[in-house]
Amino acid sequence: MRPILRLLDGELRERIISEGRDLVCNLGVEIHNQRAVSLLVDHGARFDAARGRVFLTQESIDTALASAAGSFTLYDSHGDDAVHLGGDAVNFVPGSSAIAILDSATGESRSPTSADYVRYARLCSAMRHIASQSTAMVPSDVHERISDSYRLYLSLMTCEKPVITGTFSSEAFAIMRDLLVTIRGSREALAGKPLAVFTCCPLSPLKWSDVTSQNLLDCAAHSIPVEIVPMPLAGFTAPVTLVGTLVQHTAEALSGLVMSQLANPGTPVLYGGSSAVFDVRYETTPMGDVGTMMIACACNEIGKALGLPTQAYIGLSDAKLLDAQAGLESSMGATLAALSGINSISGPGMLDFESCFSLEKLVLDNEICGMTGRLVDGVVAKEDFPSRRRFEELLAEQHLLISDHTRRYLREEIYFPGPTINRANLARWAEEGSSTLGARAAAEVVRLLGEYEPTRLDHDTRQELKARMERAAAAHGMDRLPVIE
Amino acid sequence: MKLLEELAQSLERGDSQAAADSTRGAIELGLPAQRILDDGLIAGMAVVGRRFKAHEIFLPDVLLAAKAMYAGLALLKPLMIEQAVATQGKVVIGTVQGDLHDIGKNLVGIMLEGAGFEVLDLGTDVAPETFVDTAVREGARIIGLSALLTTTMPVMRKVVEAVEKRGLRPEIRVIVGGAPLSAAYAAEIGASAYCFDGISAVETVREMLGVER
Repeated sequence: MRPILRLLDGELRERIISEGRDLVCNLGVEIHNQRAVSLLVDHGARFDAARGRVFLTQESIDTALASAAGSFTLYDSHGDDAVHLGGDAVNFVPGSSAIAILDSATGESRSPTSADYVRYARLCSAMRHIASQSTAMVPSDVHERISDSYRLYLSLMTCEKPVITGTFSSEAFAIMRDLLVTIRGSREALAGKPLAVFTCCPLSPLKWSDVTSQNLLDCAAHSIPVEIVPMPLAGFTAPVTLVGTLVQHTAEALSGLVMSQLANPGTPVLYGGSSAVFDVRYETTPMGDVGTMMIACACNEIGKALGLPTQAYIGLSDAKLLDAQAGLESSMGATLAALSGINSISGPGMLDFESCFSLEKLVLDNEICGMTGRLVDGVVAKEDFPSRRRFEELLAEQHLLISDHTRRYLREEIYFPGPTINRANLARWAEEGSSTLGARAAAEVVRLLGEYEPTRLDHDTRQELKARMERAAAAHGMDRLPVIE
Repeated sequence: MKLLEELAQSLERGDSQAAADSTRGAIELGLPAQRILDDGLIAGMAVVGRRFKAHEIFLPDVLLAAKAMYAGLALLKPLMIEQAVATQGKVVIGTVQGDLHDIGKNLVGIMLEGAGFEVLDLGTDVAPETFVDTAVREGARIIGLSALLTTTMPVMRKVVEAVEKRGLRPEIRVIVGGAPLSAAYAAEIGASAYCFDGISAVETVREMLGVER
């Protein structure tokens, strides 16, 4: 049995969906993109020009839900099947777009550089329990107008895993699409084997910016998967109750889904979210809050009820250091997310309200992800019945350490974490230097970076990616890209 | 030599049949028992021990390797006696009086034998005098005590006192281990060392007997 966490009963879930649909049809959505407005109007929506609001129809929502894929697969840069998004499959991906990195040498946050990004992407290659990479940080040593495409470029050059990414401007999409097409060889091949998911975030309440709407349409035009990530804040830009926030989240997500599916029916969409409670004491959006986690898990249930694969920002922490708070919040979130069956769980490596990335935390979180993976594998009988023969063996030998049964199932049945998690007894731990979690994680980062194997991208593809990125950089006055050792 | 390398590798694989075959082949070739022991069986177990300490392999792999080593050792023993091959040293081990737990003690014994020491395992519920008598009779310089219970730990002190009372210190040293123990407790009762696992027991015994790795 696959253990499953459920927070909503069927009646409440259906009521939330129904109320969310009512919002987009009767209160409308503010959309700051003429092409998107026209598309919706062409399909029966009503546009109130004075208020800039579009009122969807129930039919368009039904049509969108009918055409959206119930599941899809991401492929790595080598073209191999890498991530299945659907059912209750659980996949982890590092958190996205941090503007800071926690420097383990100084213990302080600072702006990330290209070199930091490459170290991250190399490390990500080695994360056994993290299936995808994300464009996790925004490098500060390139022109800000290319910082979105440049981080995708670095990711593709460094790590083969599929990429969760996004644009900061409408212009960047073409560059990023071309980078992806360069890997696959053609737009058709990219559509056939998706390599990236673009994150598209509506604004709360019930609003789509020009850039994000355009990005949604651009992705749809090329059948590039998107994750629609509403971010209502309970008690601030959304009702304080979790149910009220879920209604708003549903409305915002559905409005994006309709735009995407009307632009190109069948475009793969993840029903995502980064909703949070609002901490009115500190004016912050805690991702490690239990209410935030509950919203994410409940959104997953709504997405699944709508027949869509799901995504959420959960399993990250608001701590500023790799401390007990970081472990507590990350493991609680990851556990709840995995038990819920969220298909793409965005969070590992992230601190400080999704704004600071830590390589050491990524290593720790990889272990958390591994443990949750074991958890959702559940309790399964493996040659356990009838039992008597095994216990006869136990009584005869007094242990089962080298029993055939043990050897067959040891590594499958028991999760063995890497050296970041210390399992030595006190004396051995002391003998080995009384290491802290931070020290062990830092050592593991160094070890894994030392074992990095370059991607299998051929020389010509690498050169073409580089040439494309150099042209994009040149357009913004950069005559060369940062040199990375 | 290739045959002895194969013997060592058979231990790393935990392949008892191959270990027995290689040992038999080495004996038939007329190789000295000491060389078969050192370059085959002990060399193989040394690699296993290193890999276990580095977490590359797990305890079941060590036990399988030990099983393979015994398969070879059983064939080699008559030759060792005939050629008067010396072991690295003798160690008396056992679980102290009143305590029937022996998993940890057995692991220590396996590790010590794998490292080339001759282990005299007295089993469980062993009286203090029995430890001392055996060590004296067999010429063992180390007594290894195991206990799992806080209620049986104090028996370890009695063994140390028995060694002292017979004027056998520092020739015979007492080392202790077990879940409830600590280095501080070992020092308090006058034991020579505390070993927190099988690997540390091997390292401690090696150091005490002046055996090079």
